[in-house]
Amino acid sequence: MPAHAFFFYIFSLIAIVSAIMVTASKNTVHSVFFLILDFISISCLFILIGAEFLGMIMLIVYVGAVAVLFLFVVMMLNVAQQKNQWFGATSGSKHIPIGMIVSLIIFFELIIVVGGWKLKPDLKSEFINIYTNSVTNTHSIGNVLYTDYIHLFQLSGMILLVAMIGAIVLTFRQRSGLKRQSYIRQISREKYDGVKLVDVKNKEGVKIDA
Amino acid sequence: MLDIGIGHYLTLGAIIFTIGVVGIFLNRKNVIVILMSIELILLAVNINLVSFSIFLNDISGQIFTLFILTVAAAEAAIGLAIIVVYYRNSGTIRVEEIDNLKG
Repeated sequence: MPAHAFFFYIFSLIAIVSAIMVTASKNTVHSVFFLILDFISISCLFILIGAEFLGMIMLIVYVGAVAVLFLFVVMMLNVAQQKNQWFGATSGSKHIPIGMIVSLIIFFELIIVVGGWKLKPDLKSEFINIYTNSVTNTHSIGNVLYTDYIHLFQLSGMILLVAMIGAIVLTFRQRSGLKRQSYIRQISREKYDGVKLVDVKNKEGVKIDA
Repeated sequence: MLDIGIGHYLTLGAIIFTIGVVGIFLNRKNVIVILMSIELILLAVNINLVSFSIFLNDISGQIFTLFILTVAAAEAAIGLAIIVVYYRNSGTIRVEEIDNLKG
């Protein structure tokens, strides 16, 4: 399948280059743009490999929600001026060799694991939810997600709820010195709370400030 | 070379994972870029799960990818909220100036 190989190499090249640019870009806004490009090319790879539903969900969730959230925060915090440079940094440059060595070790470990991988020979086939071509990808995900994994599905909804409440609670700010309208206090106000009747003697007047 | 197998996808996942780890280790300036590197790492894990799911004819990997997607979205929201609160309190989110814990 030369077409599959062609598109795989194109999309993975774009994904790798944009992932490098996410970490190496000087400007944070450019990093967010390259992150969006990375998500889009990976979701194209998912669609290419046959996981259409996940590719589309990746587009909606990552590009539509997470990346836009990043963009909002980057633009709110005014970090575009705080340049993102790691090789020219003066104080932290002693971390760079150690970090590079550890990263290279991680990469070669992953490559070794990938190269030596094979399926366990006596794997029981009933552990596997067989994925057939008779129904669509979305249909087969739905068949499994709403039956076998229904509790985990609802639990992930709870995780999203907790994340939403947490984000609101964290960023909520009670401003001081702000005058608000209070309907209860307005309605329950009586006439002797606000008005005081004073007997004014003739030719003496009354002190208002007293 | 022209026959794309599972090894190609797993290698791509390994490369993107490593780029994310490098981004976390070597970033000295900005916390938001560290959060983006975490997103890259989760993306690499998703690539691995989806490629195993497709090449082994097992749908469970895609289900797990959905859950990882959920957790990644929640994590991004909470992390960005923490960054906003920190910026509001201290006025900076540069990595080398966040040293309250003296670590």
